Amino acid sequence: MNFTSESSGKRIPCFRVLDDNGYPIAGSIFEQVNKEVAVRMYSGMVTLQIMDTILYETQRQGRISFYLTSTGEEAINLASAAALSPDDVVLPQYREPGVLLWRGFTLQEFANQCFGNKADYGKGRQMPIHYGSQKHNYFTVSSPIATQLPQAAGVAYSLKMDKKDACVVTYMGDGGTSEGDFHAALNFAAVMEVPVIFICRNNGWAISTPITEQFRSDGVVVRGQAYGIRSIRVDGNDALAVYNSVRTARQTAINEQRPILIEALTYRVGHHSTSDDSTKYRAVDEIEHWKTAQNPVSRFRKWVQGNGWWTDEDESEFRSNIRKQLMEAIQLAARKEKPPIANLFTDVYEENPPNLVEQERSLGETIKKHPQDYPSDVPL
Amino acid sequence: MAAIVQGIGSTAAPCASSNKFLLSSLGSSLLEKKRNFFVVRSDGKCYTGLNQQQRRAQNVVTNAVATKEEKASAAVGSKPGHELLLFEALREGLEEEMDRDPCVCVMGEDVGHYGGSYKVTKGLAEKYGDLRVLDTPIAENSFTGMGIGAAMTGLRPIVEGMNMGFLLLAFNQISNNCGMLHYTSGGQFKIPIVIRGPGGVGRQLGAEHSQRLESYFQSIPGIQMVACSTAYNAKGLMKAAIRSDNPVILFEHVLLYNLKERIPDEEYVLNLEEAEMVRPGEHVTILTYSRMRYHVMQAAKTLVNNGYDPEVIDIRSLKPFDLYTIGNSVKKTHRVLIVEECMRTGGIGASLTAAINENFHDHLDAPIVCLSSQDVPTPYAGTLEEWTLVQPAQIVSAVEQLCL
Repeated sequence: MNFTSESSGKRIPCFRVLDDNGYPIAGSIFEQVNKEVAVRMYSGMVTLQIMDTILYETQRQGRISFYLTSTGEEAINLASAAALSPDDVVLPQYREPGVLLWRGFTLQEFANQCFGNKADYGKGRQMPIHYGSQKHNYFTVSSPIATQLPQAAGVAYSLKMDKKDACVVTYMGDGGTSEGDFHAALNFAAVMEVPVIFICRNNGWAISTPITEQFRSDGVVVRGQAYGIRSIRVDGNDALAVYNSVRTARQTAINEQRPILIEALTYRVGHHSTSDDSTKYRAVDEIEHWKTAQNPVSRFRKWVQGNGWWTDEDESEFRSNIRKQLMEAIQLAARKEKPPIANLFTDVYEENPPNLVEQERSLGETIKKHPQDYPSDVPL
Repeated sequence: MAAIVQGIGSTAAPCASSNKFLLSSLGSSLLEKKRNFFVVRSDGKCYTGLNQQQRRAQNVVTNAVATKEEKASAAVGSKPGHELLLFEALREGLEEEMDRDPCVCVMGEDVGHYGGSYKVTKGLAEKYGDLRVLDTPIAENSFTGMGIGAAMTGLRPIVEGMNMGFLLLAFNQISNNCGMLHYTSGGQFKIPIVIRGPGGVGRQLGAEHSQRLESYFQSIPGIQMVACSTAYNAKGLMKAAIRSDNPVILFEHVLLYNLKERIPDEEYVLNLEEAEMVRPGEHVTILTYSRMRYHVMQAAKTLVNNGYDPEVIDIRSLKPFDLYTIGNSVKKTHRVLIVEECMRTGGIGASLTAAINENFHDHLDAPIVCLSSQDVPTPYAGTLEEWTLVQPAQIVSAVEQLCL
C-alpha cells in the first residue's frame, strides 16, 4: 500500500529564455521574434505602464471612481497577446488590458470606459477597467472571480463546433484558481477536448492573501495534470518566454483540440486596486525589489536595445508622446457627455417589456416634475 | 450536489453493475386525489461506467395511459393533430428548433445517450451527435457558465438542469452573467440561452428536490421566465424561448411530464409574454401557473356546481407579467385569487399581488387573496407534503369567501 506523496519533492521547472539582464540564456530554444513584433510588444508594454500610472493618479484626484493597475505584469499582457491571432477569443479577468491594447484599442477608448461617458462601448454601465469590445474579440470584464473560466470552455466548445481556426484564451490570477469554477472549467475543457488556453498570472498575491495561504500545491501548473491537461510553467516576466509558450500552446490547442494550462510566474507590483494599500500587508522593500531589479519592461528593453532596435532617444520620445496623447484623451473623455438616461433601460432585454416601459415613463415624469433636482449636464 | 434518489434513473457507479430504475408517476391521477404509485422498470442492463462506453438505455416510460409515438399518422376519421405526452411535446419543440437552426445545441447532465432524466432529450444525441447534445460533468455553475460563453459567441444553447433546485448552484452565473452581460457590455454581446428543467413539488422527493426556483430568480434583471403547464404550451413556449434573443428560464414541473394531450400537426410558436385564458368567467379572476392550474380547474368544477363562475388564467409568463390580460380580467370580475406553489414569502404570488394592487387598485372590490405553500421546506412524508400544497378544497373555500 503506497500513498502518493502530497508533493513530488521537486518543483516543476520554469521555462525561461532571457536571463535577468535581458540576455538569451545559453542553450535556450526559442522562436525568434522579428524587429517589428518586438518593438510593437515593447512599446505596448511602455504604453501600458504609462496608462496605469496616469489613470491611477486620475483616480486619486477623484476624476474617476476606480482603477486597477497591471504593473509588473506587462510582459504577460503584451507577449501573450502578440502570440495570438485576432480571431482568438479572449476572456479576461481584469488585469489584462494590455491584450486589448495590442489588438488596437486606443487610449481614447480606454479613457472613455474609465469615465463612463457616452462614447464608452459599455454605455456607462460598468466600473472603470471593465473593458469589453466585441470587434476585438475581448469579452466584457465581469468582476466576480473566475466566472469567465467555464464561459471560456463554452466559447471553445462553440469554436470546436464551427471548426474554426482559432482558440480561446482566458486569464486568471493565483487566487482565481481556488474558485470552484476553475476546477470545473478545466475539467470540462479536458473532457470535451476543446481549444482553450488557461493562463494563470501567478503574481503572488490575491489582495492580501499570499500564495502560501492560497494553496498547498506546487503552484498552479501541477493541477493541470490532475485534469488531464498539458501544462507549462513559464517566467511571466520574460516576454520572449511568454510569447513562445503561448504560440506553441495555441498551435497545440487548435491542431490537437485540447486545452492547455500556462502558469506565468510574476509579481503584482501595484496595489490590488485603488481601494487597496498593499504596504499594509507586505514589505516595502519586497515591492521595490520587484519593481526595479525584476522589472519585465526593462528586462525586455535590454534585449530589444541589445539588438539595435531601440535607443534611449526612442524611449524618451515615445514616453513623452504617449503621455501627451493620454492626457489629451483624458481631457476629452472627461469633457464628453455622459450617457443619456434612456440608456438606463436599454439592453436589459432585446426589447423592453411592459414593466420597464412603465418604469422608464415613471422616471421621466419624476424628472419633469422636479427639474431642479436633476443634473443639468446629463442628457435625457 | 444531492444524490438523486427517486424519480430519476441513476447512472451506475464504475466497476459495479447495477440496474437502472425509472420511476414515473401517473399523469392521469393528477386531477384526482388518488394515492399515487410508481411503475418501476428494471432493464437489467449493465454500465461500464465511462461516458463514451455507456450503452444507450432501452428504458421505456410507461404509465397507465399507453404511450403513443409522436407524429402518429392520422387514422381515418380521427381528430386532426397528434397525441403525445408533455415531455414528448417538449422534445418535439426542441427537435424542430434543432432542425431549423444548426446553432441550437443542448447541454446538461445525462442529456446525451441517457436521453435526459425525464427523457426530454431522448434520441437527440443519436440524431445530432455528441457535440450538439452534450453530456456535461456535474458542475451546474460551470455548464451554465459554459452555455453563457457559447451563447455570447453565437450558439443558442439550451441548458438543462436535472432538477431546478440544482440550478441554485448556478445562481452566480445566471444572476451575475446571464442576466447582466448584455447590459454591461453595452449591448455588444447577447445571450440567447434557454435554461430549463423540472421544478416544483413532486411525489415525496424531499426538500432539496422540490424547489420553486421562480421565487429566487424573479428578481434578476435581464432574464425572462415562463412556466409551461400543458403539452400544447410546453412545445410552443420551448420554441419561443429558443428563438428569443433574451435569456429565458423555462420552468417545467416534475409531475406534469406525463400529461397527455392532442396538439396540432402544424408548426406553432407561442408568445413568451402572454398569459393563457383557461376558462373565461365573471365572478372572480383566479391566477395560477404550472401544476396549480390543475388544482384550480378541479376546484372550478366544484365551484361551477355551486353556482360560481370563475375566470381562470394561467399566467405562463412569470417575468414579465402579462398585466394586459390580467388587467382586463380584473376590470371584469373585480376579485382576484392567486393560487401558486411558491412559498408565501417572496414568491411569484407576492410580486403579482403587489403588481395588481399598484396597477388595478381602483378595480378591486376585495383585497387580493394569495394561496401559496407555507414557508417551510417541503417534507418527505406524503401526508405532510400534501398539506404543504394548496388543495382544491382550499381554493373552493377561498373563492366562496371572496365572493361573499
